[in-house]
Amino acid sequence: MRFAPHTDDDVQGMLEAIGLGSLDELFHQIPASVRLERPLDLPEGVSEMEIVSDLRLLAGKNRHADDLVCFAGGGAYDHFVPAVVWALAGRSEFYTSYTPYQPELSQGVLQALFEYQSMICELTSMEVSNASLYDGASALAEAVNLSRTTPGRDRVLVSAAVDPRYVETLRTYGRGAGYEPEIFDLEQGRGGTPQVGDDVACVIVQHPNAYGLLEPARDLFGLAHAGGARAIQIFDPLSLGVLAPPGDLRADIAVAEGQSLGNHLNFGGPYLGIIATRLDDVRRLPGRIVGETLDVDGQTGYVLTLQAREQHIRREKATSNICTNQTLMAIAATVYLAWLGPEGLAELGRRCVSKAAYAAERLTDVPGVEPLFGGAAFFKEFPLRLPRPASEVLDGLIERGFLGGVPLDDADGHALLVAVTERRTREEIDGLALALKEVLA
Amino acid sequence: MSDHTGGESRSERGIGAPVRTQDPPDRRGTIMDLSRPGRRAFSLPPLDVPEAHIGADLAREGHAGLPEIAERDLVSHYTRLSQRNYGVDTGFYPLGSCSMKYNPKVAENVAQIAGFQRLHPRQPDSTSQGALELLWRLERALCEITGMSRATLQPPAGACGELTGLLIMRAFHAKAGSQRKRIAIPDSSHGTNPASVRLAGFEAVHVPSDARGLVDVGALEKLIDEDVAGLMLTNPNTLGLFEEEIERITAAVHRIGGLVYYDGANLNAILGRCRPGDMGFDIVHINTHKTFATPHGGGGPGAGPVGVSERLVPFLPVPRVERDEASGAFALNEDEPDSIGRMHGFHGNFGVLVRAYAYVFLHGREGLKEVAERSVLNANYLASKVKDLFPLAYPDGRPMHEFVATARPLKERTGIRAMDIAKRVVDLGYHPSTVYFPLVVEEAMMIEPTETETRETLDAFAEALRRAHKEAHEDPELLHEAPLTAPVRRLDEARAARHLKLRW
Repeated sequence: MRFAPHTDDDVQGMLEAIGLGSLDELFHQIPASVRLERPLDLPEGVSEMEIVSDLRLLAGKNRHADDLVCFAGGGAYDHFVPAVVWALAGRSEFYTSYTPYQPELSQGVLQALFEYQSMICELTSMEVSNASLYDGASALAEAVNLSRTTPGRDRVLVSAAVDPRYVETLRTYGRGAGYEPEIFDLEQGRGGTPQVGDDVACVIVQHPNAYGLLEPARDLFGLAHAGGARAIQIFDPLSLGVLAPPGDLRADIAVAEGQSLGNHLNFGGPYLGIIATRLDDVRRLPGRIVGETLDVDGQTGYVLTLQAREQHIRREKATSNICTNQTLMAIAATVYLAWLGPEGLAELGRRCVSKAAYAAERLTDVPGVEPLFGGAAFFKEFPLRLPRPASEVLDGLIERGFLGGVPLDDADGHALLVAVTERRTREEIDGLALALKEVLA
Repeated sequence: MSDHTGGESRSERGIGAPVRTQDPPDRRGTIMDLSRPGRRAFSLPPLDVPEAHIGADLAREGHAGLPEIAERDLVSHYTRLSQRNYGVDTGFYPLGSCSMKYNPKVAENVAQIAGFQRLHPRQPDSTSQGALELLWRLERALCEITGMSRATLQPPAGACGELTGLLIMRAFHAKAGSQRKRIAIPDSSHGTNPASVRLAGFEAVHVPSDARGLVDVGALEKLIDEDVAGLMLTNPNTLGLFEEEIERITAAVHRIGGLVYYDGANLNAILGRCRPGDMGFDIVHINTHKTFATPHGGGGPGAGPVGVSERLVPFLPVPRVERDEASGAFALNEDEPDSIGRMHGFHGNFGVLVRAYAYVFLHGREGLKEVAERSVLNANYLASKVKDLFPLAYPDGRPMHEFVATARPLKERTGIRAMDIAKRVVDLGYHPSTVYFPLVVEEAMMIEPTETETRETLDAFAEALRRAHKEAHEDPELLHEAPLTAPVRRLDEARAARHLKLRW
C-alpha cells in the first residue's frame, strides 16, 4: 500500500520539467560510497486488509482492560472516556494539523489550548498553565529545571513516596542538568520531614502519593517555603473535585499525569504532561503557551506567546528544548473537563473515594491481607500487604479475570497497589475479593 | 477596517481562506461563555456502595470553575473550533521541516483496537506479549532503515530523542573516563539542537556553513578538539541539501574521539537510498510524525525513537524489550547497569508507535524507497516552478525533500516580505510554507511538499505564489493587509506578550 499519487506519466513529465532523465539522478549528490545498493531488509509492502489482520493478531495476544477487570493504577488509570471526547479531539482538522505557527489558520487549536490552560488553572487554583508537556514524569523534570534558577540553590529533595518511575526520569534528566535527586525518608507510607537548607531549590511531594495515600501537603510545603525552596506538587487531576487543589495548598509548581482526563490507557502513551505555576514564573515556563490578543480589526484571536522562552527563537538559552508536545491529548482533556463540569468533577471524585473505601474494606476482610500502612487515608488507590509475593498473586487473579493491581517493591515484594475508579462496580469489587480469597487459600 | 475588507472585489479576496470564518452570535466566544448554571453533559450510574468522604482538612472548598454545558453545545463548540483549523486533511500543507504528508486512516483505526488502546502499561509482561512484539519488530525495522544496532522507542518527541542521544554521548565519554564539555552544531541547525545541548549539560560550538550551504569541513576540523563530545547534524541539512562530504565530516569527529548524532527530522529524503549508519553516524533519532506519517496532532503527540551503533547499546534507556530466543517470549528488561535510565514514565508514545508500525509495514522495502523518490521529485519539481520568482538560497545544490527559497529580491524591490507572501497564500487557499527558518537565510521560505501531493496541486500552489509575487508589485498594500478572508486577520503578537491573557 502506497500513498504517493504519481502516475508513470506524472513522473516522466515532472522529471522532464526539472531536466532530468531518471529518478536516480535526483540522488546523485549522495556519494556512491554511502548509497545503499541493496533493498532494505524489510518485507514487501502489504495491503490495508493485510496490515489490519497483522495488527489484530498482535492485539489479540494482549489481555486488555475490557477483557480483565482493571484494578491496576500506579500512574495510569481506567477511568471512563465518554464518546464526545474522541468524537471531537479525533476530528482530523485537529489531529492532522501541526504547531500553530500560522495563527490565522489555527484558531481552532489555539482557542482549544487557551481553554485547556484556563481549565487547568481552574482545576488547580494555580495562576498559569502551559499548553502541555509529554507526560507526568517529564513534566516533573521540567518543573525541577524551572525551580533551579537561583545560583547556590541546586539541591532537589524528593519524598520517598513519589512514584519511582518519576524519580528515575528525574535522575536521567539530572545527569544533564547537574543534580542528583535526594530522597527524604518515608514515615508510615508518607513523606517524612525534609531538611530544607538554603542550598535547596525544591521539595517534591506527590499528593495523593505513590501509595495512593494523602500527604500532609500543607505542612510539607510550609517546610519548603520556610527554607526558601519551591514546593512542587505532583497531583492527580481527578482528585481535585474532592481534594484541596495545589494552589490552595500553597504549591509553587503543580505537575500531573493528565491521562485520566479523557485519554485512553494506550499501554503508557500518548499521555499528557500538565504543569501549572504562579504568574511570577511564567517567563521560565517550558513549552508552548497560548495568549489572547486582537487582530488589526480589533477582533479577539489567539497566538503562541512568550516565544522568546522557546528553542526556535532562543536556541541554547531557551527554558526547555520541547517543540512537539501533546496538544491532541490536551484537547481531549479540555473536552473531557467540559463534559464533566464542576458537579461532575466533584461527583466523580466522591465515587472514587467511596468505591476505593469499599474495596479496601472487602479486600482486607480476606484472611492474611492487611493494609500496608494501617489506617492511612487515601483517595482512589491503596496499598495492601499480602501473605504471598504480589506477582504470584497477580497471576492467580489474571486466571480469574482480574488485573488485580500493580506490585510494589515494599514488604519484600509482598505488597500490592489497588486502584478503584468510578468504573468499578460493587459486583466487580466483590468478585476481586472472592478471587483473592481463592488465590490465597 | 482596511480598504480591502469593505466591499472588496473577488479578485482581492482570492479564493478565500480554506477554513470556517463566520459563526452565529450564539456560538461565539470560549466554552465558558456558553456556560449556564445547571446545565450538564456528564452522567454516572447510581452509587452501588456506601458513600465515603475525605477528611475536612484536605477537602476542596467550593467547586472548580469549569463550564456547565449540555452535550449538544459541547459538540457544536469544538466542531466549530475544528472547522477554524487547517490540517493535512484540509489541503496542501508545505510546512518545511515538518513533513506534513497524508496520514493513512488505517493507522488511526488499528491504534484504536482495544488490545492496544485499552492496555495498561503496568500489566505483567505475560499479558502484553502482542504489544511487546510490536515494539520489538518496529525497533528492528527502524534499525534496518537507519543502519543502527538497537533503538529505544521511549522518547515521546524528537527533542526528547535529542536529549536522549546527548545523554548517551555523555554516558559513553564518562565510561571512558573523560568529561567532554562541548557539542558541535551547524549554524543552520534546528533550534532544538542547541537547546538540547544545554539541557544535557554541554556547551554548543557553532560550525559555519560554506558558500554552498554545506558544513564548512575545514572550519569544522579546526573547531573541534578533544573537549568536543560530538557533532549533531541533519542530512539532508535544514537547507534541504545533502552533505556531500559526510564521510569526511564523520571521520573528523571520530578522529578526535567524538560521536556523531543524526537529527532525523529529515529522514524522509533518504529512505532506502542511504542510511545514517553507513555514513558514519553513531546515534539517530527518528520523528515518526514526520517520516512515518503519524499525525502531528495539532502540535503533538509525536514519537522520537533513538537508534545507536553497537558500542553505544549499553547506554540506551530502560526498560528495553527483549526476546527470549528459546521460548520466543518478550519481556521488559530494566537491568542494564550502564543505561542512562528512563526518559518517560512508561514506554513512550505507544499509540503513536502503533501507527508508525502500520506505515512502515504497509510500505515495505520498495514502498519506503518510493516515498523518498517521490518526495524529492515533488520538491525539485515545485522548486523548478517558483525559483525564477523566489530564488533558491543556495542555487548550486540540488534540493532533496525540501528547498529553501528567499523573498529577499522581492523585498528589495517592493518591500514585501516572506511573511506577507505567507499571509497572502492563506487568502489563496493554502497553508503557507515555513518562513524565517533556517535563520541563516534572509527572508527564508522553506517549502516541503511531501510525496503525497499530486502534480496538479504543486502546479496550483506555484500559481498562487506567482500571483502573490505579481500582486506584490502591482498592489503591495493588498499583501500588507493579508489575510483578508481568514477567521481573524493579522494578530498583534506584541500585545499578546505585553498584556498577558493566558486564561479566561
